[in-house]
Amino acid sequence: MKAKIIEIKNLTKKYDDFRAVDDISFRVEKGEIFGLLGPNGAGKTTTINMLIGMAKISAGKVYYDGVDLTKNIKKAQEIIGVVADESNLYDEMSGYDNLCFCGSLYGLSKNDRENKAKVLLNTFQLNEAANRKFKAYSKGMKRKLTIAAALIHNPQILFLDEPTSGIDVASARQIRDLIKKLNQKGTTVFLTTHYIEEAERLCDRIAFLNRGKIIRIDSVENLINESKDEHIIEVVLDENISDKAQLSAKLNEKFTYITCHFKNDNTIKIISVKPIDISPIVKFLSSENIFIIEARLHRPSLEDAFVKLTGIEIDLMKKEKEKEKEKK
Amino acid sequence: MKQNIAFWNILLKDMKNYYLKPPNISWGIIFPFAWMLMMFVKTKTAFHIEEVFSGIVAMSILFGTTSMLSVTITFERKSRSFERLLLAPLRMELLIMAKIAGAILFGIFNSIIPVLFSVIYFKAIVTNWALLVIGIILLSIISTLLGLFISVSAKEVFEAQTYSNFFRFPMIFLCGLFIPVAALPVFIRPFSYLLPVTYGVDILKYSITGDNALSIVLDFALVLIFCFVLFYSSLFFIKKKWII
Repeated sequence: MKAKIIEIKNLTKKYDDFRAVDDISFRVEKGEIFGLLGPNGAGKTTTINMLIGMAKISAGKVYYDGVDLTKNIKKAQEIIGVVADESNLYDEMSGYDNLCFCGSLYGLSKNDRENKAKVLLNTFQLNEAANRKFKAYSKGMKRKLTIAAALIHNPQILFLDEPTSGIDVASARQIRDLIKKLNQKGTTVFLTTHYIEEAERLCDRIAFLNRGKIIRIDSVENLINESKDEHIIEVVLDENISDKAQLSAKLNEKFTYITCHFKNDNTIKIISVKPIDISPIVKFLSSENIFIIEARLHRPSLEDAFVKLTGIEIDLMKKEKEKEKEKK
Repeated sequence: MKQNIAFWNILLKDMKNYYLKPPNISWGIIFPFAWMLMMFVKTKTAFHIEEVFSGIVAMSILFGTTSMLSVTITFERKSRSFERLLLAPLRMELLIMAKIAGAILFGIFNSIIPVLFSVIYFKAIVTNWALLVIGIILLSIISTLLGLFISVSAKEVFEAQTYSNFFRFPMIFLCGLFIPVAALPVFIRPFSYLLPVTYGVDILKYSITGDNALSIVLDFALVLIFCFVLFYSSLFFIKKKWII
């Protein structure tokens, strides 16, 4: 068994009578990438805020490598690095100066922080922009520099809140690769994301959080395996479905062994407990004058496990998250 | 040692980044300078410079420090970069001291212009230079802490500036800057004595003219008490409102 680096015992956050985080307990092992997944309002940000000392803990304990966060918050903060969901460096300072300043906050000497800043700029391929003001960086570059700033003091644990949210595909891929590399060098990574494919690709273990409670913690492999008994067909239609309930009822009447989920307005996810063939479904939908763009057998994924456990469709979750970002 | 490195770098960063921000220039430098010019026109006809010297110095400090705080605290909180400081392994007391140190120095710097102008151009006579320097430092500290108290209550820079003006402008008249507290109507005087700047101005007046309204010991004691109360109440609000 690997050594634990984070231990959370009965962690609770109450706002008057409302429990945003409700008595959760789990451990994160040294050197793993641990993902916290859940729909909007599940309590992910509140949990992460309590873990980094930005929210008061109503009840419970958090230990980092044996250090009690509730008793010695500043000691615990020495061994963690935090990347917030929005870049929060200084606009008027250059990338290099931002990194040096962040190093000074952890007491690094001038030489140490300057050397470390150069190494990090190189690692994150930001050398050319080192002397450019942070406000002139692109979103992807800002994100990379924010992660670099969180690493300036060599933290044992790195907290990443939505690390690739709102940035371009190339930067997101680069950040994912960097997270993997960091982890291979021994940094424990704790991340929250609403990109389920990202969690599947990066994480060793995942905790599903819903309504403030942990509903399941397991390895990605085990979670996916659970959905292997299910046979899924995804059908993309030409037009949006006007009456989802009616279509679902018709399909259930014809194919009694299936259940229907609507991934979005024009995509039906048909789940069956026994092997299922695409053609009868396609024929039936065509007979109902519904035009199909695409129909395919679906390989079980973490997304299926998530939907099964929470009953929440990922697309809906993404849309909500994007709306939330737009509001900000 | 580690804490010292963090302290100095926060201070240097604030000085580099914020001293020349528009609110600091307009409220901290241009506004007191305009008042000084106005007084210059006025003193030519009616006043002695010693009568308005302490008031102009106090006003420069008051407007400079409070403007600086609304930028360094409120602006950073709004842009979330203050979160970065809260996440550092730095004692909260030291972090806040680092944030206010830049404003205190800015207040002292602001006072130099009217002091030099009054002494060199108007040949103002200062009775006790050492006490004037101490008075300027104390007034900078107390004004900064007042600014801190206001800034932690505001969410936007313009909000902090508005709250500041709500206090700053009445203080010009209530704290004895230009009108002695004793000359105010009796029912207004209790408000004057509730404001910490009154005691800082009294020290300045004593250092310049050798004449003041209260005992100098009482002035020092009250300024220090106000400093303590404002610092810890601001700290309490930051912990209560920002770490929720």
